[in-house]
Amino acid sequence: MADTPIILRAQQYHQIKAVLARLRLDSSARVAFLVDKDGQEIAVHGEVGDLDTTSLASLAAGNVAATGGMAKLIGEKEFPTLSHEGERESIHICVIGRMLLVVVFDDRSSLGLVKLRAKQVSNELSNLFAEIERDARREDMSASPFAEITDEDIDSLFSQ
Amino acid sequence: MTFINYASREINCKIVYYGPGLCGKTTNLQYIFDSTAPQAKGKLISLATETDRTLFFDFMPLELGTVRGFKTRFHLYTVPGQVFYDASRKLILKGVDGVVFVADSQEERMDANIESLYNLEENLRSQGYELMNLPYVLQLNKRDLPSVIPAQELAAELLRKGEPVVEAVASTGVGVFDTLKAVAKQVLTELRRS
Repeated sequence: MADTPIILRAQQYHQIKAVLARLRLDSSARVAFLVDKDGQEIAVHGEVGDLDTTSLASLAAGNVAATGGMAKLIGEKEFPTLSHEGERESIHICVIGRMLLVVVFDDRSSLGLVKLRAKQVSNELSNLFAEIERDARREDMSASPFAEITDEDIDSLFSQ
Repeated sequence: MTFINYASREINCKIVYYGPGLCGKTTNLQYIFDSTAPQAKGKLISLATETDRTLFFDFMPLELGTVRGFKTRFHLYTVPGQVFYDASRKLILKGVDGVVFVADSQEERMDANIESLYNLEENLRSQGYELMNLPYVLQLNKRDLPSVIPAQELAAELLRKGEPVVEAVASTGVGVFDTLKAVAKQVLTELRRS
């Protein structure tokens, strides 16, 4: 495979959640979540309720990929932030390396505040992810539970 | 790209259904969606034109169960098949863990199959992948139609590396889960190997 898998340890996951929680509080946002550029949801914090974060993650990644494609066509590397403002709910997306920081907010906040707070945590998240990637490269997969996966394990998935 | 979360004990993998326009990629996903228990699936997101042609992608998250204590979740995507949506197809292949090529078995679609398969190899390469090294399944779809090419002949033309070949009628579900199983198995086996 071309990419290193993302392997998230419990401690790193909680660190990310803590950053998202702080961002959410400081920006008075509804939900803050981190997604990878391929559309996988990494962590989420906030008033999720019945919000379908899996679909939102996939669509946010599609959105960034499409606008990134447009950026290249006009000679830009990428558009590092995207914002969509609705009547009541809005979304701000910030590209951080191979990650996307997605913030959903309503009229309790403003785009300016969300942009500012998102930018403030970008470095922290970027450092955290650099560490996660370093760990993933060092990871000894023979020690992972998947080294022992048998054909029976896989077959049983389809009979469940 | 596989995502393993030790905190929530989850593995997430991305599978892309590729193939020429109207070959049945969305139909595969629709059948999986319709026949899966509500608790095992999320929404089927379809970014389609007003005439129901895929514009950007279809997406559906599917939870298959647990393996070694980890919930396995597959994110299934389709690409738009029409030739002029090539930029979108490239984007959707980013981070792919496994590919299903859905071939249209009708004789008149043979050229479209070959062109699309060539396009898949090209687009994978542009994302840094080689079809030869990727979990991959060939599905021969629409086997119920009158003008189909014999399966052996079609497979001989489209086979790339001795991949599993599944004969299917996606509209009625024939071969749909066999295809998914064949690709999921390779993806999980790849995890063991990497």
